[in-house]
Amino acid sequence: MSSPAFLGVELDAAGRHPAAWRLPGARPAELFTAAHWRRLAATVDAADLDLLTVPDSFRLGSSNERDQRGRLDAVAIAANLAPLTRRTGLVPVVTTTHTEPFHTNKAIATLDFTSLGRAGWQVEVSTTAEEAATFGRKGTAASQELWREAGETVDVVRRLWDSWEDDAVIKDEATGRFVDRDKLHYVDFEGTAFSVKGPSITPRSPQGQPLVVVPVRDEPSFAVAAAHADVVRVEAPDELSAAGWASRLDQPVLLDVEVLIRRTATEALEIAAHLDELSPGHPPRTLRHLGTPDSLVALLHDLPAGVDGVVLAPLDLPATLDLIASDVVPRLGRPPFTGPASTATTLRERFGLTRPANRYAVGGAR
Amino acid sequence: MTARKRQVHPRQIHLGAHFPGVNNTTVWRDPRAGSQVDFSSFEHLARTAERGLMDFFFLAEGLRLREQRGKIHDLDVVGRPDTLTVLNSLASVTTHLGLAGTINATFNEAAEVAKQFASLDHLSGGRAAWNVVTSSDAFTGENFRRGGYLAYGDRYVRGGELLDLARSYWDSWADDALVADPETGVFARDIGTVEHHGAQFDVRGTGFLPRSPQGHPVLFQAGDSDDGREFGATYADAIFTMHGTLEAGQKFTADLRSRAVRHGRSGDDLKILPGATFVLGDTPEEARANAREIRFQQVGPEQAIAFLEQVWGRDLSGFDPSGPLPSDEPEVTSTIAQGRTRMTKDPRETARAWREQAEANGWSARELVVEVTGRQQFVGTPDQVAQEMDEYVQADACDGFILVPHLTPAGLDEFVEKVVPLLQERGSYRTEYTGATLREHLGLKHPHAARPAVRASA
Repeated sequence: MSSPAFLGVELDAAGRHPAAWRLPGARPAELFTAAHWRRLAATVDAADLDLLTVPDSFRLGSSNERDQRGRLDAVAIAANLAPLTRRTGLVPVVTTTHTEPFHTNKAIATLDFTSLGRAGWQVEVSTTAEEAATFGRKGTAASQELWREAGETVDVVRRLWDSWEDDAVIKDEATGRFVDRDKLHYVDFEGTAFSVKGPSITPRSPQGQPLVVVPVRDEPSFAVAAAHADVVRVEAPDELSAAGWASRLDQPVLLDVEVLIRRTATEALEIAAHLDELSPGHPPRTLRHLGTPDSLVALLHDLPAGVDGVVLAPLDLPATLDLIASDVVPRLGRPPFTGPASTATTLRERFGLTRPANRYAVGGAR
Repeated sequence: MTARKRQVHPRQIHLGAHFPGVNNTTVWRDPRAGSQVDFSSFEHLARTAERGLMDFFFLAEGLRLREQRGKIHDLDVVGRPDTLTVLNSLASVTTHLGLAGTINATFNEAAEVAKQFASLDHLSGGRAAWNVVTSSDAFTGENFRRGGYLAYGDRYVRGGELLDLARSYWDSWADDALVADPETGVFARDIGTVEHHGAQFDVRGTGFLPRSPQGHPVLFQAGDSDDGREFGATYADAIFTMHGTLEAGQKFTADLRSRAVRHGRSGDDLKILPGATFVLGDTPEEARANAREIRFQQVGPEQAIAFLEQVWGRDLSGFDPSGPLPSDEPEVTSTIAQGRTRMTKDPRETARAWREQAEANGWSARELVVEVTGRQQFVGTPDQVAQEMDEYVQADACDGFILVPHLTPAGLDEFVEKVVPLLQERGSYRTEYTGATLREHLGLKHPHAARPAVRASA
């Protein structure tokens, strides 16, 4: 038994279950206000979790008027939380299928500036005809195609993040130059789906390369994770298949666990059953744990081989999150994370990653 | 002290705080000049603006680094953040200040940008504003999937379709669509479909978000062509202009207000807000000396050469700007500068006029550039500046100003400390925020006030 190295949480409005907004304490009228997200983030930040992630898509979410639906922009939420949190990494989803890679580049780099080095990006694809029609620029495509484009997007975004060398701004009085243009680089990226000239309009951010998180749920997404991710989120129905994915990956692997906990297992099971009655047809998308703080602690102490941590996806918020913070985290024996002495803690540092050298700099980082 | 005439209800001045931009107005040589991208710089300016009870913070955008002679322009401040991300972060360190930013209509998609601005409006409690700019240049297009596909004449066709679509998204949830009542079990109903089949957009989607506090974010528009003015009079709540003199401002304001009336709106539905620079001093002489010093910081010898190259259309490296203007004639057609608008239509005529000016005043080439690019509008003691600004607004040359400080991030500190109290004394500037949203600060109607039952356009 060892404690998980990494602990993250997904914040999805009132929780991942579309009926969770009806539970006591859910504050459904406030789901689209900053106050709701700030309360959740304050809990996560105080519990010193490694990251929080915010899902996103261009779908309404449900055609049923009884389900939670509608969605704020995930980068907007993360940016709103940036000045109000100090420790936890902020990892919004930005989809690659319809969004401009150049915009994604500067949005995440800027989040890295406003969070003082705590930004990440979770890559996601848009699979539905509904989303394709929303943009009207191309049709739907198979997972293989969508993830190939996602891989190219990560590739070009990473290049754009390096397109300014760290010491590009020189403010040289003698020559009157603000910037040394030899340290700004065209990326000249030619992909199968798009091309981007560069350089970015945004200078290199505090982490150099914000943390790239890629979900794994099939072979095409696995290929992108293996090639481009800093950290991988694995969706798997059981421990065995999670260990299977993990054995093929070199990066830190976080297992997605849908979770609903209460003081007693009976209560947790009853609430979960109640939610499924209120809105049927939402089977688990990954391993699901219904239980108590004790049983969740036990699960976290016994992760599958090769799995370095979890992203807990509460089915309901804030009740399950509050219990995670008060009754699970303190019992994991996690030392409070402190980065290298006297420097600010970056998200990369939490995952043991250094600030990478700039690919365009002569002789590496300066 | 100047005697102040107190009117019973003087017209109220609206002020915005422009973050010092990527251009030669911003002085980086000053030892007090701070980072152009660190969040602390944005936070400082926004907090200063809010302390000064200003209507909004304003952040410009440029989607490709400017180039001259095929190389990245290196003499001015370079590098900026993502507009929306900064505004969302600023929402957490301010409580009343409007949050305005430029987002390009050409290189963004309607559903995405509508969702982004609705999100900012929700998360800021109704403080979002969008300065819609259009662009068609293939140079910027090289950074985007679409490339530079847009014909110049289609800029406002796309802008119009984009805004129609964005408004449909913002209206797509009925006013009472978000029910969120655990008793009845209804979360949200009456969510409309947004559909548009036009020259620029062929799309069909469903609204993602409940109506935001302002209904629609406040819309700014900045283009000055006839098309641009029509676009502004049709769609905008506020116009960001560059008309310097009182008379030019009055003419422009009258034109825009009459255009608004032609489009079935009231002239007051449109706020006219020119960009304005200012330089303060304890005495008029000191202010003028400060202004001159700033101008020469803004126009170093290298900037003077770069500026002349844009008119002469050729490489002038090695030219001595402390002497007279170049003696040969400018190239008539040239694309020497990319990523900004060429400022002169007939370079030879410009060169002739400048030579005349320089000779008459005994100016060097650099001094000439300092004079002809001078945009310092309000130079004087705090009292003079307050009085002059007030005169513009009382004479309906504008509704206020978007202040463009030359220093990051402290360039508004002195204005807020010294000029704001004098504007308040004159009775033409608020002494506290009386509203919560930017629409309320600006005295703009809520877009759904007149048609509360509005549904998505099909």
